[in-house]
Amino acid sequence: MNARNKSLMLSANTMRQDIVRMLTEAKSGHPAGSLGLADIFAALYFGVLRHDAKKPDWPDRDRFVLSNGHVCPVLYAALANAGYFPREKLMTLRKLGSPLQGHPHRGSLPGIENSSGPLGQGISMAVGMAIVSKREGRNWRVYSVMGDGEMNEGQVWEALLLAAKYKLSNLTAIIDRNNIQIDGTSDDVLPLEPLAAKLSSFGWNVLEIDGNDMGAILGAFDAARKNFEKPTAIIAKTVPGKGVSFMEGKFGWHGKTPNPEEAAQALKELDEQRKRLEAMA
Amino acid sequence: MTVKLAPDLFSPALAKKSSRDGFGKALAELGERDRNVWAVSADVSESSRTHWFAEKFPERFVQVGVAEQNMAGVAAGIASCGKMAFISAFGAFSPGRNFDQIRVSICYNDVNVKIHASHTGLSVGPDGASHQVLEDMAMMRALPNMTVIAPADMEEARKATHAAAALKTPVYIRTSRENAPVFTTPDTPFTVGKANVCREGSDAAIFACGLQVYESLKAAEELKKEGIGAAVIDMHTIKPIDRVCILAYAKKCGVLVSAEDHQVDGGLGSAIAEVLAESSCPAVLRRVGMNGFGETGSCSELYKKYGLDAAGIAKAVRGALKRKK
Repeated sequence: MNARNKSLMLSANTMRQDIVRMLTEAKSGHPAGSLGLADIFAALYFGVLRHDAKKPDWPDRDRFVLSNGHVCPVLYAALANAGYFPREKLMTLRKLGSPLQGHPHRGSLPGIENSSGPLGQGISMAVGMAIVSKREGRNWRVYSVMGDGEMNEGQVWEALLLAAKYKLSNLTAIIDRNNIQIDGTSDDVLPLEPLAAKLSSFGWNVLEIDGNDMGAILGAFDAARKNFEKPTAIIAKTVPGKGVSFMEGKFGWHGKTPNPEEAAQALKELDEQRKRLEAMA
Repeated sequence: MTVKLAPDLFSPALAKKSSRDGFGKALAELGERDRNVWAVSADVSESSRTHWFAEKFPERFVQVGVAEQNMAGVAAGIASCGKMAFISAFGAFSPGRNFDQIRVSICYNDVNVKIHASHTGLSVGPDGASHQVLEDMAMMRALPNMTVIAPADMEEARKATHAAAALKTPVYIRTSRENAPVFTTPDTPFTVGKANVCREGSDAAIFACGLQVYESLKAAEELKKEGIGAAVIDMHTIKPIDRVCILAYAKKCGVLVSAEDHQVDGGLGSAIAEVLAESSCPAVLRRVGMNGFGETGSCSELYKKYGLDAAGIAKAVRGALKRKK
């Protein structure tokens, strides 16, 4: 296996274990989406983004905008492992006085570009940032992770139209196509298909990948960087709850946390996956 | 002490301009002075007066189309890169339609976005109730980190926009489309949060904002003929409210009237009632404003019908004085 991919997959495994521990301790929060996105966040924070944990306000940093704020455990795990703040703080998630708010708050924690929670808002902010970078001739890029359920919000489509109008090729939106939302599968709640066709008809460069395949993730980010005409949407099919057998694919784990026994089982599975990964050549 | 105003307040020769013009003028001036100033419009750049800025600084102007939610978010994104972003539209749609985006993307992020609403209250006139936003100050006043300003005329709107730009935090600026007498002057002071006493009086004090300030001055002139001395205070800043001024006049006159082109619940009248209720100063308060939706008509017809003109305000003062006895 490619050493870079292996190292990123190990980072994703560390983040998954952090997510399980944090959410078990917090007793509320959103495990399924957070676990499903760990590979993408590992790729972003340890491979793709130009950033410096020691200089969170570096003007030329790439901007990362989390639009579906409820998956913040994966963002917090990525930031802690990247060195933005001590990992011990992860265990304060959702507790009184913690900078790790239930949904991210800009200003509470270094590395958080935007407060989010109400769906559809992050992508608009990402578009605003990308306009500034492009108009001022900067070379920093903007990345935004969104949920597929989030695409029910009209604001998202307003933002997509504007990004195409201004040909924001410096903007990459990652759509977490895990097909779950609170009331059921997104195919049932409000069908989005044909999503790729919709996005390309909106003027976006569209890539569809397995969002839990590190090679595919890195390949998509590379392809996005090489497009100089259009903003890129990466439709990342992820498995919600990825890495924990009893959570995988179950929308019931959207907003429910594991009890201590379930957490122990989850951590055992993740640890076994880690050992298998480490043993790979 | 009263502030300096136009020498002949009731002269028909007084120029008639809209407060939205004052905003647009100031925005273009700011654009000239500061390369960090950006403007975002939702398909109403001419009517909400960002077009003067857009013509001069197209590289810092963003046209989002009829999409007020996105407008607020895009501006928050721009501001998060160290810029000052102005969004401008009709009040019915911004903040009417994008309250959540203003609350979270702008206020919770605490980014430097200024929100300008150009068509507000009954003054929108013939467009009718759907476009006559009468709840905007209530919404904006409730938001943390927000400052709320409703200038009285074109010149004050210009100054208010410059004053808003001097702050690093979100500001809501409420102007009007209606051409109205410009009775303040370049020398009239303007400080955010500090009310301007336009006329002294010791029987009653009228606290007004927006177009009702001039109507109140006319009302006071009418009342003078009846031997009633009414002070008129331009309450251009609704948040933070000038409690010191309110309590000084509560003590001095004991009779207060508020006047605004807005629902009486949640706007200037409510803010004054809150200050009085939390003080130990007994005073009679009568609130002039709206209690329901408006309708189609000219601005002056509507102000007359709903008692928001000089006659309506004078009537409220007489009523309040009777209650005191």
